[in-house]
Amino acid sequence: MTRDSYRLTTLLLPAGIFFAAFFLLPLAQLFHIGLTGKQGWGAYTAIVTDRNYFSSLVSTLGLAAATTAATLIISGIAGVFLQRNRFPGNGALVAMLTFPLAFPGVVIGFMVIMLAGRQGLIGDVSRWLTGDKIVFAYSMAGLFMGYVYFSIPRTILTVMAAAEKLDPKLEEAARSLGASTWRVVLDVIIPGLKPAFISAGAICFATAMGAFGTAFTLATRINVLPMVIYTEFTLEANIATAAALSFVLGAVTWVVLAVARTAAGSTVAAAG
Amino acid sequence: MKRGAAFYAQLAFTLLVCAFLIAPVILSILAGVTVNYQSGIQSGFTLRWVFAVWDGYRDTIFLSIGISLACLAGTLILGVPAAYALAKRQNAFSRALEELLVMPVAVPGLATALALIVTYGGAGGFRTSWSFILVGHILFTLPFMVRSVLAVLSAIDLKTLEEGAASLGASFWQRFFHIVLPNCRGGILAGSLMVVTLSMGEFNMTWLLHTPLTKTLPVGLADAYASLRLEIGSAYTLVFFLMIVPLLVALQWLGQARQAKFVAEDE
Amino acid sequence: MTDSMKPLAITLTGCAKTFADGTKALEPLDLVIKSGETLVLLGPSGCGKTTTLRIIAGLEQPDAGGTVLFDGEDVTPLSIEKRNVGMVFQSYALFPNMSVAENIGYGLRLRKTPSAALRARVNEMLGMMRIEKLADRRIDQLSGGQRQRVALARALAVRPRALLLDEPLTALDAKLRDALRIEIDELLRRLGITAVYVTHDQAEAMALGDRIVVMEHGKVAQIGTPRDIYQRPATLFVADFIGTMNRVAGHVAGGAFVTSAGSIPWPEAPARATEAMFRPQDVSIADDGAAHLKGTITAAFFLGDRTRLAVDVGGDKPLILEAAARRDFSHGDPIGLRIDPHGLLSL
Repeated sequence: MTRDSYRLTTLLLPAGIFFAAFFLLPLAQLFHIGLTGKQGWGAYTAIVTDRNYFSSLVSTLGLAAATTAATLIISGIAGVFLQRNRFPGNGALVAMLTFPLAFPGVVIGFMVIMLAGRQGLIGDVSRWLTGDKIVFAYSMAGLFMGYVYFSIPRTILTVMAAAEKLDPKLEEAARSLGASTWRVVLDVIIPGLKPAFISAGAICFATAMGAFGTAFTLATRINVLPMVIYTEFTLEANIATAAALSFVLGAVTWVVLAVARTAAGSTVAAAG
Repeated sequence: MKRGAAFYAQLAFTLLVCAFLIAPVILSILAGVTVNYQSGIQSGFTLRWVFAVWDGYRDTIFLSIGISLACLAGTLILGVPAAYALAKRQNAFSRALEELLVMPVAVPGLATALALIVTYGGAGGFRTSWSFILVGHILFTLPFMVRSVLAVLSAIDLKTLEEGAASLGASFWQRFFHIVLPNCRGGILAGSLMVVTLSMGEFNMTWLLHTPLTKTLPVGLADAYASLRLEIGSAYTLVFFLMIVPLLVALQWLGQARQAKFVAEDE
Repeated sequence: MTDSMKPLAITLTGCAKTFADGTKALEPLDLVIKSGETLVLLGPSGCGKTTTLRIIAGLEQPDAGGTVLFDGEDVTPLSIEKRNVGMVFQSYALFPNMSVAENIGYGLRLRKTPSAALRARVNEMLGMMRIEKLADRRIDQLSGGQRQRVALARALAVRPRALLLDEPLTALDAKLRDALRIEIDELLRRLGITAVYVTHDQAEAMALGDRIVVMEHGKVAQIGTPRDIYQRPATLFVADFIGTMNRVAGHVAGGAFVTSAGSIPWPEAPARATEAMFRPQDVSIADDGAAHLKGTITAAFFLGDRTRLAVDVGGDKPLILEAAARRDFSHGDPIGLRIDPHGLLSL
């Protein structure tokens, strides 16, 4: 059936051409532009040699790691709980927890402002309780809150889907062998959910690395890599540096996802 | 079943998470219809802010709808045939292509947008038209369409179904249109909803790709958040919710319907 | 069928198949399928029977040099959609997006049959398979047996030149399998269509086949009528694969086959035979005086209407025989056996 094989290639071709023209070629061009600045290859090493860039990279990585850890713990507990227990209102809770699934970063930023901004709920409550108005939306803490907010819905969905496939008989077997609840969680549930944790965690990580809308809404001064790139590009018109930095950011994020995918043995993708 | 302290502790935790996610949504909806948010809802309700948004940002809403529909058309034309070809051909080449197609999702939108600008920024007419944004959106959403269709195609025994059709005399294209497409309707629908929703909310790329004349809804939102009073930002957010909520509800319903169907087949 | 055309004759010459990964699925095969016969391809999984069927169908191309002739016309380069063969798959391959009637009519629709004629033919097929009531059902509302009937109706609706069936009953449970086997047999006789039937179940093969091709490791082990194959197996593999075959070692002396457990009278014994073979039904239980062989019972399975015994007579494997259910046997009992000389075979 070699004729069919040609036809299949024909079907693949439009996507392939589009992709080559608007992604692969531009990415190559981006790499090339990164080299055209004063520093040449130095633009690519600047991310570790330049103290400012390096500190941005470190804080971005730190933020991404913290977001991932917090999201996994929160969504792990809530997701397993909702999957394992059926009670009236369960469906409504799941619907509410997954509602913000498609909020873009800018809207997430606004949600953080509603909670922790100058006119936010947390500030009002804290002033009422202690007299002090707590406002942290426009800082790294606000960004952290936003990324966790963004990541919870999709992570809960992933965890719930994985928990559904966990065989309850494994837990029963562990219990029959005398395992305590904690041992069951440690020895059965967490290992069983590991692939889901890895893939969902990778998405959280990639989001926190590359997302831009939330930071943009909260404050342009937050020292994370996407904001640095944006500033270099628009305010400093330093296109070579912006290109090099975004190429490095893209490469780092892609590598993290690829490694996670190999580890989890399934496909992983981020949205943002 | 008797429920112990552990159950209630977890329930309380889950409710807290729920409050964290939903409280700001409710606050922002309220703020969008309150006369003066600073002095609270005692100041009364109004649709003034919503109308202000409509007057000032109507164009962004229409542009976003237009782009998301064009994006849907693009991903259907490019993505569905590609997913079918990928499902049929499991070799090193197709796996590499599948991997590549997902890259625009993994690579930060900022980087993709910059790459597009440095490559095609000089093409005047293209750079300033909304199709420049469209290209970015298709790149970003295409993997979702492909994966959604691919998931359905790998769940059915496509090979045997096609052989069955071929044994009755169906040619390659007859098989594609009579058997393959109708049997991945569910995947196409789910993928379509996802594509429209994502395109409607895309900001990371769009912020760099847009021009003053091609502002999309999220771009307008960012504008409003940065420069206008909280009530207008809220009202604008409210409009955005009204647009994506039906899509989200449809997506959730589709997911449940499919689950229910699987259950029925098990019995 | 109203078609007065003579059913198709199929000839395979030198058809071998090597898959892309280098696996040799089929050694060069020559096979003539006569007009109107039901030919069964029988063998364990991986023996090449399905590959042979797929080459006939046009779903696989034979390696270079192999040809497939339909009534003498070379169809080797034609893919399946141009060969006009009806095919029934193990998993049925019914289209989930179409109703039962639409499935049956699909082949006719592709042939641009006018709608009145199409409806009439679909109704005829529904009637033939006695599934008129299912016409508007969705596929996922059908049971396994109903799906099988729809698959048959769909394959036959286009009046194919031959009917190819790939393990059509394997997915069904035992009782349904027996019932459908009888139905398929009746149908094939009535239509007089040339049919090629792949199965790994020897009972199915014996019941349906005009001739059986027993295959092993991509090669033909024996071709013959069910009776030939059962009574005169050409190889040990065939003897073992079709039914149960007992084997004892020994030598021929004075019109008898002498073993360590006794001697069996065998006037027509080939002089050089070192092994005698016989089926369980040719063995009967006898008193010590009349027994040919003496052994001990190693296992007894009460089957209700009879008892299946395993008897050790000093060979590698115990002999298998069946006894009337009334008698009680227990492990370790000594037992005497008589063998019907007409049932004795050697290879």
